Amino acid sequence: MRTDSGVAPGTEPATKTGAAAGRTRLKASTRRRLTRGALYVIFVLAVLLVVFLADWTAIRTNFLDLDVARAMFPDIIITATKNTIIYTIIAFIGGLVLGLILALMKLSPVGPYRWVATGYVELFRGLPALLVIFGFAFAVPIAFNWRPPGGSAGAGLIALIIVSAAYIAETIRAGIQAVPAGQVEAARSLGMGPAWTMVSVVLPQAFRIVTPPLTNELVILIKDTSLLFIAGMTLGDRELTTFARDSVSQQANSTPLVVAALMYLIITLPLTRLVAWLEHHNKRGR
Amino acid sequence: MATELPADQPLHTSRAKGPAAVPAIEVRNLCKSFGDNAVLKGIDFHVDQGEVVCVIGPSGSGKSTLLRCVNRLEEPTSGTVLVEGVDITDPETDLDAVRTRIGMVFQQFNLFPHLSVLRNLTLAQQRAKKRGKAEAIEIARKNLAKVGLAHREDAYPAQLSGGQQQRVAIARALSMNPDMMLFDEPTSALDPELVGDVLEVMRQLAAEGMTMMVVTHEMGFAREVGDRLVFMDGGVVVEQGDPREVLGNPQHERTQAFLSKVL
Repeated sequence: MRTDSGVAPGTEPATKTGAAAGRTRLKASTRRRLTRGALYVIFVLAVLLVVFLADWTAIRTNFLDLDVARAMFPDIIITATKNTIIYTIIAFIGGLVLGLILALMKLSPVGPYRWVATGYVELFRGLPALLVIFGFAFAVPIAFNWRPPGGSAGAGLIALIIVSAAYIAETIRAGIQAVPAGQVEAARSLGMGPAWTMVSVVLPQAFRIVTPPLTNELVILIKDTSLLFIAGMTLGDRELTTFARDSVSQQANSTPLVVAALMYLIITLPLTRLVAWLEHHNKRGR
Repeated sequence: MATELPADQPLHTSRAKGPAAVPAIEVRNLCKSFGDNAVLKGIDFHVDQGEVVCVIGPSGSGKSTLLRCVNRLEEPTSGTVLVEGVDITDPETDLDAVRTRIGMVFQQFNLFPHLSVLRNLTLAQQRAKKRGKAEAIEIARKNLAKVGLAHREDAYPAQLSGGQQQRVAIARALSMNPDMMLFDEPTSALDPELVGDVLEVMRQLAAEGMTMMVVTHEMGFAREVGDRLVFMDGGVVVEQGDPREVLGNPQHERTQAFLSKVL
């Protein structure tokens, strides 16, 4: 009997307890093992369901056509991915600068600065980024008789900067407020003025605190550059999503979407891992 | 209330530099309220140049608030605070300039955690005193040696023990070449075995003739090092005088009650 239970540990306890002892007599370890087993069964069934229901021939011809994928190179790298990265960097740096200014305005003792910053943040966090990009690409040029620098890509980028600044401002403000009051008191008691105190003591610590959420912001921004397609772009200005959409219509095949998705993951996955590492690292540091 | 001593009564054995010297700190009728809560109720208080004044009292007595009003980290509600004769409650006073002459040491050290020990000491010298980098580093090293931490200049605050951090904080304040030092319960956040090193540094400072105002619970330090002891309770100065006198033979019943609990 001992050796039997060793050979078939999964089934043996269930039959024994089911027949002889009844439900209430299940040992805690047995119950845990049964629950775990049930979860594995559900998982395998779900995977099998997806595999059997999917039309693999259709998937292969529509999404995994290697010839179509090959035709996208090298343009997808030297134009589309490059532009996605460039747009992200411009939007992030612009958003960082504008967001820092807004955060400082929001903490200003001067009322009107606070009101303007609060209104700005609430407005642009409340609007869909797509709508703001659309507005800057089409509505603002008409309303102000203004040609955005860099064409519609430039207009879309300005919109991205404006939207991301609203989120970044809130992140930086939270970081500034997370710096202990004693730090400001120490700096001021040494005779440092409010400006030097902010620059040399508060901001370096605030940015350290908000590095993980800011990196998150960067990942979101990478994906939001895909919204720039609404602005309509010249061939050389296209980023990953616009490029993929154009390829889809040229080739009458959806493989470019899969390739573009892989390119996004190649950029974003290392960054999300970095966020996880930074969060772990920050926690240990304190 | 009638037995409270006027602050300018010369009870203490002062090391003041002659009778004409302006007091380092002079507080007149100082009141401070947080909302409806009156923390200081008309304080008259002074510290002469070269004098070491220890302020004791139960928590909530207003002693830390008094100390923080001296360099205006707290805004006084009413009254006057003169630092070397300069009214720091006057809006025309250059507060930052006055603060460079008042070193302050906090209970929680408040070192800058993102900067090395050396940079902690040089930052304000360069930013507030406009000293050159080489000069600032030289002064910083001299003061680090003075607190016995010359070998830790490249460390970051988190790598130091509480006692070492507080000694760095003292060295940071000294690097501004202040005329006086304020200590706000400098040993209260320390493990007992680390208190001694910090008190030793303070004792050495006092011996060099530094003007010091020390809010503390260290009665031994107050007795040995203090020129004068001030007992505060309920936002007023209840009793003050020679530390041995006040600690050994307290006149006021509130002082007696407090000392019977802590000694």
